[in-house]
Amino acid sequence: MPTPVLEIRNLTFAAGPQKILDRLGLMVQQQEIHALLGANGSGKTTLAYLLMGCEGYVPSAGTVLFNDIDLLPLKMHERARLGLTLAWQEPARFEGVTVREYLTLGKPDCDPVPALKQVGLDPARYLSRRLDKALSGGERHRIELASILSMKPKLAILDEPSAGIDMLSITHIIDIIRALKAAGGSILLITHQEEVALIADRASQLCAGRIIFSGSPREAVDHFRGRACVRCDGEVCNYVRA
Amino acid sequence: MSELDELRRTLPMVGAEPSILDDTRIAHVVAHGHHILSHRTVPGLRVELEETPDAIIGKLIVEAGAQIAQPIHMCFGLAHPTGVQQIKIDVQILEGARAQVLSHCLFPFAQAAEHRMQATMEIGPGASLTYTEGHYHGPHGGMQVLPHATIKVGKGARYFSDFSLLSGSVGRLDIDYLVGVEEEGIAELSAKIFAHKTDRITLKEAVMLRGERSRSLIKTRVVLEGQAHADITGITEAYAKGARGHVDCMEIIQGRATASAIPIVRVFHPEAKVTHEAAIGSVDKKELETLMARGLSPEQAVEMIVSGILR
Repeated sequence: MPTPVLEIRNLTFAAGPQKILDRLGLMVQQQEIHALLGANGSGKTTLAYLLMGCEGYVPSAGTVLFNDIDLLPLKMHERARLGLTLAWQEPARFEGVTVREYLTLGKPDCDPVPALKQVGLDPARYLSRRLDKALSGGERHRIELASILSMKPKLAILDEPSAGIDMLSITHIIDIIRALKAAGGSILLITHQEEVALIADRASQLCAGRIIFSGSPREAVDHFRGRACVRCDGEVCNYVRA
Repeated sequence: MSELDELRRTLPMVGAEPSILDDTRIAHVVAHGHHILSHRTVPGLRVELEETPDAIIGKLIVEAGAQIAQPIHMCFGLAHPTGVQQIKIDVQILEGARAQVLSHCLFPFAQAAEHRMQATMEIGPGASLTYTEGHYHGPHGGMQVLPHATIKVGKGARYFSDFSLLSGSVGRLDIDYLVGVEEEGIAELSAKIFAHKTDRITLKEAVMLRGERSRSLIKTRVVLEGQAHADITGITEAYAKGARGHVDCMEIIQGRATASAIPIVRVFHPEAKVTHEAAIGSVDKKELETLMARGLSPEQAVEMIVSGILR
């Protein structure tokens, strides 16, 4: 059996007295799109930040293996250089930095044009534009996805990649996620949109910091829809309690 | 090496080519201390210069309706570690004229030197002036620069200024600009400074929107490291119907640097509006982490963010 690209065991993280992730276990296989579903506050984005190594996100227990390498002692850029990356739900804006520079970060010889075309943006119009407030939320989101495509990561964590994208463009986002997979990458796909979740190979539901269900995307979506709790109370999952 | 050659050689530090001084289509003034080393004019531009023991006194007039195609280069400086330079200049862009002035202030060896500029500028009705000022003060931090200017932007006129000091040390910098804008006039003031070690910056820019539908923007970007300190004051006052102003100040501090930003906005007409935003702090955490998530080290990420801000 091939080594999973990501293997999380008993991951626990608390913010003050509140446990956000509670002995979480999850596996993402090579070239797998793995959707992560869960209500607001269930710990999805926290898990993303923790995997990427964002400041202040240090687990109190557990292990994370990335292609069999212990990820937790590594700094953020070291994790990225291994092939892990994160696309933020609300991407940052950079004054003065052009789209071309952003798409070729650390790889000045890389051609940014194909990635930009793949996200449906005209390179002639966008390459010299700056990543500042003049871009709409949807444009910024697409550029974020283009930067992930340019990077060709082994595992991309996409935190709600379709947020702020118009309905007609959702299929475009789906194509991009599939393109990442076709390029040999795996994707941990955090989403609230059923249409997007259903393109995954597998899906898991997160509730009160624990994976409470894993299966096919259809099963996971149905499970999520039929859950007993509307919102977790943080300490004990109402669904589990029910 | 002559003083002229020394200043020519330093021009690339502020992004200018030394060959501009040889081009007969381009007007220029080169002054070392209180001596005029070279000057050239072009049709539509009148330049009057006087050397005195205490200052260079100059008048630069762009005649009514004249469109000066190439930028006018004003190159001031000192090629010695010590010395004083005082410039008193009167710039007049007459009605309907258009000009771009590139002012290069070069003090490559300054250890205990001083540069004072007292400028008055008048941009006539419908005229336009773009004033770009690039400074290089060398590595020693021994420069004291005090540019003070009063600018009048006439009816329907445009004034764009861009001050930058991005290489080498700042030393002590004390900028004081006052801009008055008449009906439908536009004034945009931009300043970008990178300060290090014990550099000290005082930057005060004030715009008075006196005319109806006059508009202004004050945009300041300062990055400080070491023990540098900056006090930035952006003032906009609106006195007339439809006047619109905005003050935008961002200061990034690193190491033990300190900074203050004081936006002052005053409105004296119910149909005028002035807005402001000011931010002081370290490099934005989300920007930093986004770049690190693409594989840049923290140092590379900071460098990219800072160079973007100062661009």
